[in-house]
Parts: sequence; structure tokens; C-alpha cells
Amino acid sequence: MSYFSDIYKGIKTLLTGMSVTGKYFLTSRKGAITQQYPDNRDTLKMFDRFRGEVIMPHNEENQHRCTGCQKCEIACPNGTIEIIWDRGIDEQTGKKKKKIDKFVYHLSMCTMCGLCIDVCPTDAIEWGQNFENSVYDRTALTRVLNEPGSKLMPGVED
Amino acid sequence: METNTIETNFKSEEYFINMGPQHPATHGVLRLLLTIDGEIIKKVEPDLGYIHRSIEKMCERDSYQQIVHLTDRMDYLSSNINNEAVCLAVENALELEVPDRVKVIRTIIGELTRISSHCLWWGVMGMDVGALTTYFYGFRDRELINDIFEETCGARLTMNYNVPGGLMFDIHPNFIKRVKDFIVHFKTKLPEYDRLLTGNVIFHKRTKGVGILTKEDAISFGASGPVGRASGYSCDVRKHHPYSALDKVTFNEALKTEGDTFARYQVRIQEMWESLSIIEQLIDNIPEGEYRVATNAVIKLPKGEYYQKVETARGELGVYIISKGTKNPYRLKFRSPGFSNLSLLNHIAVGGKIGDLVATMATLDLVIPDIDR
Repeated sequence: MSYFSDIYKGIKTLLTGMSVTGKYFLTSRKGAITQQYPDNRDTLKMFDRFRGEVIMPHNEENQHRCTGCQKCEIACPNGTIEIIWDRGIDEQTGKKKKKIDKFVYHLSMCTMCGLCIDVCPTDAIEWGQNFENSVYDRTALTRVLNEPGSKLMPGVED
Repeated sequence: METNTIETNFKSEEYFINMGPQHPATHGVLRLLLTIDGEIIKKVEPDLGYIHRSIEKMCERDSYQQIVHLTDRMDYLSSNINNEAVCLAVENALELEVPDRVKVIRTIIGELTRISSHCLWWGVMGMDVGALTTYFYGFRDRELINDIFEETCGARLTMNYNVPGGLMFDIHPNFIKRVKDFIVHFKTKLPEYDRLLTGNVIFHKRTKGVGILTKEDAISFGASGPVGRASGYSCDVRKHHPYSALDKVTFNEALKTEGDTFARYQVRIQEMWESLSIIEQLIDNIPEGEYRVATNAVIKLPKGEYYQKVETARGELGVYIISKGTKNPYRLKFRSPGFSNLSLLNHIAVGGKIGDLVATMATLDLVIPDIDR
């Protein structure tokens, strides 16, 4: 007797499960969360806070906000950020002042922890939205974030 | 003469087989040395170390702010709860009182993390016992939680959203709406999980009476989380030692007494309902206020020893810090739930079949980077 009841129970639970999958089979487009990634590149917009890579925004006059205080370099857990700095003459006061020569960012090592951006006193660096970073050679992922010939924005102090 | 010694040392029917390190059912780089007699398992010996990154040693090098991001990489499915553990330990040591807003947000995000972890577990659990559909449904619902995390924290898996003293930034304006939408959505999906898998006769045959763990063994092996609770061992840290805003909410500890694979499955499904109820209680009344208390740029813990435990999706995670008063910990030890839960695998799998071992391992819910650290 239990033989037949087992068959009945088996078929019943099978149909119960298939009613769930069948519902999705018939309404497959509804509520689909899949993104057709390479095809939707034009419309794809990442969230504002998305951590893609660290960038240093420059204004139209090729000026950035980095004073070279090296707080980000200290905060970085694994040496992703390397600041090569120099002392230059401040144009307004005529005194010697620290300035960045190169802000080197090793994207290949970055863990996207966000501690550098968190500690930056002048908001010189921020998150970029780009995430397509595949390259054939990993040295291409070492970047200099400050543009050539760029200067510190006037009035930015740490 | 020589043949005799061989015969006494080895039974002729027994043989070794490697399961892993690239076996899909081990969910990572876990290698199991199985001693098998035909299809019956005689001994299971886990071989660890394939993904050891010496996180505890790295913690001795790093400052207390930097340690937090390393814990993301241990149990990556409950990374927010791991972050919270370190932050709570540091805050307790500094005797720093964080605002209520932080506590509530941490709890909500922690419970969301738990649901997302259990969603993934449910998907791969079904897949391990041969039901591929569950994988897609589990990942579909997890995707919505990942979107919530991505909008608020900026990352989907390794968020590093907690800092000692609060949160890195405030929640996104859309956060509350998205979480509410998710609760409505997920409440319709959880009964579907039950209809698809929980009631299925084949699933019952695969899981009921398989891998039985008694309460005494659960306690003596140090099992925690759903594994311990399925054996009737009341070990929910959220209930017994509430942290953050968990003392303000009411929820039931999911307990079962059978101790088999199916009981562990039911406990996790039950936990998803409880997590939903915790989020529901908190989401409407997130207190206003600061999201972060300023700490010194260089955090130095007073000399001493500090321990903080939290309930991750897998069980009790303990953070034990020994400080000598400097900016780095002298020693930092993580008591990870996966390691203790793995230790009882040999105990519950012996005597079963290889297929049962896969089902048992699926409900232990092992995350290998958590075990190896």
C-alpha cells in the first residue's frame, strides 16, 4: 500500500515543483534581473558610489586638489598608492611647499577598500565608475593619476 | 612474510580517493582524502591550506582601520558581519559608544548579508543534490540584495563599509525603499523555495537521516550557527550576547532537534524568515543622527586582551585581540565558524555514501577562505 502512496506522493511533489518552474517558463520575461552586459554598454550606468578605480579629477585649467600630504599612502593597506613628491616654490607666498611629482596608482594591487578616499583631507581622489580593466600586460594597470603639467588648485590647503 | 604485513595494515577493499581541491561540491579549494570501502566512507580527512593567505599575520602588520578590509576576504559571503566584528572589538576596547543610527544600520545590513548568504547556500544546496533550478532562483534573489549593497556601500561582495567608530558613509537615500521592496519581493519567493525543494520527496530521501549530529557532539566539536542549532544546541550569539541593535528586536532562534541534513536545511530557511522579521522591525525607525564618531587617525588600543563574538551566516565568529598599546595588534586571532564545522565532517560522514557526503557538506555550508584564512 505504501508503494502506491509513495508513487502518488512523488508525482504530487514533482508537479508542485514543476508548477513553480512552469510559471517562470511562461512568464520568463517578467521580473528578469539578467543584464545583457556587453550589449547594454551604452545604457549601463553604475551606481554613484560604485568602486571601480581611484581617479583624480582635474578642472579645465589642468589643476587638481592633491597637496601631497601622503595620508592616502599611509592609509593604504598594501602599498597600492605611491606618491613621488618634491618641494616647489609657492607662487603666492614664495615659500617652499610640498607638491606632488607623480601620484602612482597600482590598480592591479588595489583591493577597493576605500580607505585612501576616506582619509583624503582635500577630496583630491575619488571613485571612478570604469570597471573594464582587462589588459594583456599588468604594467598597463600602473597609472599616474595626476595629468602631465598639472598644478595644485589655488586655495587648497590640508 | 612481506605480503602478510601488507595485509594486516591495509584491508584489500579499502582505497583512497581525493575529493577536491577542484571538486565543484567542495565549493572552493578544499581537499578531502576519503578512505572508501566500495561506496561506504570509512574516513574523511580534510587537507587544508590551499587558500591560506596568513590574514592573522597580516593583521599584526596593519593598523586597526586596515584590518577591517582583510576580514572581507575570510568569509566573503558574510563580509559585512565580519567587518562589524572587528569594529565592535575595537570600539569596545576604546570604550567608544557609537550612535544608535549606526547600530541599527549595521544590524539591517548584517541581516541582509545573512539572507544573501543563505540564498546562495540554498541555490548550491539544491545543485549539490541534483536540482539545478534552485541555483538560478537563489542567485536571482541574491542579486537584489547585492544591488542594495552596491548602491549604499559601493561594492557587491567585499564592502568594507564599517569602520571603527561607525560607518564609512551614510546610507543611500534609496536604501530604505529598496530594502522594503526586497522584503515584499522575498516574502513571495520564500514559499516558492519551499514548494520547489523543501517538500520534494527526492530531496527528502537525499537528506532525511543523513549526516546525523547529536547535541552532545555538536557541543564538544564546537559547532555553531545553523549546524549547532539543527542539533538542538541553542547557540545563537544574537540571542545570548546581543550586539548592535539586536537587543531591541524580537525574533525566534530557529531550533531543530533531529540534527540531520534536512534539519540543518530547515533551520536556514527558518533563519531567512527571522532575518526578514528583524529587518522589518528596524527599517521604519532608523534613528536620525551621526553615522560616524570621529576617532584618532592612529588608533591605539589600551594594553590588554579583547574578545568580541558575532553571529555570521555560518556561526560564531570570534575576534580576539591582544594589544600592547601600539597601533598594531600584538596578536589577532579569528575563531571562524567554518573551521569548527569542518572538524565534525569526519564524525558525521563515516558510514554514509559518497553522495551523502556531498549533501552533508552542502548543509555544513563551508566557505573555504574562512577555514584557511
